[in-house]
Amino acid sequence: MAQKATFRIWRGQANEGGFVDYPVNVEDGMVALDVVHQIQAEQAGDLACRWNCKAGKCGSCSAEINGKPRLLCMTRVGDLDLSKPVTIEPMQAFPNIKDLVSDVSWNYRMKEKIKPFKPRTPDNEDGTWNMSQADVERPQEFRKCIECFLCQDVCHVIRDHHKHDEFIGPRFLVYTAALEMHPLDTEDRLADLRHRDGIGYCNITKCCTKVCPEHITITDNAIIPLKERVVDEFYDPITKLLRIFRPKKS
Amino acid sequence: MPWQTRECDVLVIGAGGAGLRAAIEASAEGASVTVLSKSLLGKAHTVMAEGGMAASMGNVDDRDNWRVHFSDTLRGGQYLNNWRMAEIHAQQAADRVRELEAWGAIFDRTKEGRILQRNFGGHKYPRLAHVGDRTGLEMIRTLQDHGIHQGIDFLMETTVLEIIKDGDRVSGVLAYDRERGRLHLVHAKAIVMATGGIGRAFKVTSNSWEYTGDGHALAYRAGAELVDMEFVQFHPTGMVWPPSVRGILVTEGVRGEGGILKNSEGKRFMFDDIPPLYTDQTADSEEEGWRYVTGDKEARRPPELLTRDHVARKIVKEVKAGRGSPHGGAFLDIAWIKEHLSDAEGHIRKKLPSMYHQFKELAGVDITKEAMEVGPTTHYVMGGIKVDAETQMSCVPGLFACGECGGGLHGANRLGGNSLSDLVVFGRIAGASAAKFASEHGDTSINEDAASDIEAAALAPLERSSGESPYAIQYELQDVMQDLVGIARTQPELEQAVERIADLSRRAATTSAVGNREYNPGWHTALDLPNLLAVSEAVARSAAGRRESRGAHSRVDHPEKDEQLGTVNTVVRRLDDDSMEMAHVPVVGVTEERQAIVKEMG
Ligand SMILES: Cc1cc2nc3c(=O)[nH]c(=O)nc-3n(C[C@H](O)[C@H](O)[C@H](O)COP(=O)(O)OP(=O)(O)OC[C@H]3O[C@@H](n4cnc5c(N)ncnc54)[C@H](O)[C@@H]3O)c2cc1C
Ligand code: SF4
Ligand code: SF4
Ligand code: FES
Repeated sequence: MAQKATFRIWRGQANEGGFVDYPVNVEDGMVALDVVHQIQAEQAGDLACRWNCKAGKCGSCSAEINGKPRLLCMTRVGDLDLSKPVTIEPMQAFPNIKDLVSDVSWNYRMKEKIKPFKPRTPDNEDGTWNMSQADVERPQEFRKCIECFLCQDVCHVIRDHHKHDEFIGPRFLVYTAALEMHPLDTEDRLADLRHRDGIGYCNITKCCTKVCPEHITITDNAIIPLKERVVDEFYDPITKLLRIFRPKKS
Repeated sequence: MPWQTRECDVLVIGAGGAGLRAAIEASAEGASVTVLSKSLLGKAHTVMAEGGMAASMGNVDDRDNWRVHFSDTLRGGQYLNNWRMAEIHAQQAADRVRELEAWGAIFDRTKEGRILQRNFGGHKYPRLAHVGDRTGLEMIRTLQDHGIHQGIDFLMETTVLEIIKDGDRVSGVLAYDRERGRLHLVHAKAIVMATGGIGRAFKVTSNSWEYTGDGHALAYRAGAELVDMEFVQFHPTGMVWPPSVRGILVTEGVRGEGGILKNSEGKRFMFDDIPPLYTDQTADSEEEGWRYVTGDKEARRPPELLTRDHVARKIVKEVKAGRGSPHGGAFLDIAWIKEHLSDAEGHIRKKLPSMYHQFKELAGVDITKEAMEVGPTTHYVMGGIKVDAETQMSCVPGLFACGECGGGLHGANRLGGNSLSDLVVFGRIAGASAAKFASEHGDTSINEDAASDIEAAALAPLERSSGESPYAIQYELQDVMQDLVGIARTQPELEQAVERIADLSRRAATTSAVGNREYNPGWHTALDLPNLLAVSEAVARSAAGRRESRGAHSRVDHPEKDEQLGTVNTVVRRLDDDSMEMAHVPVVGVTEERQAIVKEMG
């Protein structure tokens, strides 16, 4: 059931370049990454694209398809409108290296700044802890993140306002939330969140949640609770007082 | 000098579970550590592991202990394992799981709040610590997030081209970065190889582009021996439809949660023939099988949870007999558990979330309602760089190996879940030994002429204006391996494969890649080819030398086991004239004490 289609792919280096049209025979069940591979093998051996798992597990193949941030390997071509050219271009919020490959190193630098996990002393003599499944469910949701950085790409604070220096973006708010809500963690990251990490920039548009391929409820489950904690810490003396008597994560 | 240079005590090649664990340990021992990896941090193959990590913590069944794990591993490996490695692995795996928890990993929990463990093929008791079906992600993220705070120097998207030696010892590597195609010379006192597997040598595989056997081939060319290369694991359950997803893994966890295999006649064919080594441990009835997967300690495991080699062969047999699924596989059904569970749908989505999404999004199949179509896919290589069990050092001084590119632990067949534990157990040992080696041995010098030769060879495909496409050669090699060195092998086909590989090697030396040095996948494919070809030759030659069927190695012309071959491992090494020599050497680490454990466990 081959079908003819045109893929309009951004070719270039360091943001200099333009779209090139490639005719493609689309077979049953193909994903956008297959199209890129077919073009590499048959028409443009040097077309650059990142990928690893081809199963939505590694978060390497992020790009924008018809303007929407998506994983190339999880986008079925059959679900796209093939009556007009399908555009594929690199993520727009990061500098371009070549073709579909973006320089995502900023994300790695952001993560390094966030205070790492610091567990309480073990509960048991063999160095282990007891945690109930109910207590770990929330951080487990956040730990599903595959670091595709699509949420960073779509967030207007980064994409349109270029606040890369002042805002860590939804991915790292999710990361911080996973640490803050980890039942064993004893570190305090609220001052960093407020000042250095710029949590106040997020105005809860929920665009990040919509693009997350792991279906993490970024805004409602991670960002809003973090915002509440920051507010409690800095603007609400009574809650803060209570906190002194109550452990942070009870 | 045209190269970017850096120096370190310990160079780790690879940032999967094994490489990261090695780097963390070497750094903790005081060594300066550099890590190179082909892809970005956190994207290595380890991220794809699903089912779990085997360790006899006994949280779910307190009859479990390291002795049982040890003897299960040997039975799975048909006793060709390095017995000492199997012992170390079984003894230390539990500590490594706990260590991951201390570094922030959050495993699924038991009712008592401890780490939950699940059933998996070949493991006598529920043994796999897991997080739903994304355990590898949890492991790699934990090691990554811990590792970035240890002062380790990470160089991402930088691929090693060749090892450079100073006399017998390794002294460094030349590598290129994908982004600009710049060359990097890394001078090191010790090198830990942690590059993973070789799955890209085959057409149908669960492995990514990275799995071109680089570490195996680099070490081989530097003088190390490769052991057990005939043993390539074909995982029984890969996706078969649609064509573009062919080979993508369907975790064994599906069967661990009660999934059953059926043929086109609706028959649960796995009950048909059960290997003698396992009859005592396998359920007699479907009812007993179900009791096992739901935690009844008296019940024995269903035949779907027999070892991977056996399940894979059974599926192929059904397909060949004309009882396959529409696209040439078998049916894997987890939806049927609704006969037993009121909220089967919720249960499946909770326990197997990424399988649910994978089928829903890539195949349009709802696994809570319909059966999946599955068939064998190239998954894992048991063979690898031959190392000493205590130190993980190869026969080349200063060259260590761990993880999938190391050999010895798994023998003729790896049990599911024994890889993730392998990575951290032996990653830690390799890192510590490499740091020790670096501190006890003086400096080496780098032979710049050797580096220049490597550079010239690497740039050649870009300079040739005419020549074959590297993709074409890669595809042809994959066909050769799939057809001639696949799941059912014969002597004439293996010999033919060796010849075809030699021919492809000649052609690979004349490929040309269009474009420039910057992020050029055609060029990268050309550079991967010599490695892919070397490991393919090693697999074909080793397979030709083992005239018997054992574990993952299945010979149509020698369907039985050979007693004598059951006491030896195959090794290949490079001779001075660049040819490959194959030999059989006695299995390592068989002592009376260890034999007594195996006997006691039955
Ligand atoms: C889909 C899937 C599911 C699996 N599920 C399980 C499971 O449930 N349980 C289990 O125990 N095992 C499982 N396995 C097996 C297991 O995941 C792998 O064997 C294991 O992760 C390999 O880890 P590693 O650290 O050895 O290598 P990898 O994680 O593959 O890392 C290799 C590293 O080496 C780098 N590298 C390679 N070549 C070079 C080079 N030339 N220069 C520089 N860097 C290089 C790569 O970039 C990468 O960083 C699964 C495998 C797959 C494919
Ligand atoms: S909800 Fe906040 S973080 Fe998410 S996209 Fe909107 S502004 Fe950005
Ligand atoms: S939170 Fe979701 S969208 Fe953002 S990086 Fe993680 S997986 Fe990607
Ligand atoms: S290739 Fe891994 S998410 Fe697409």
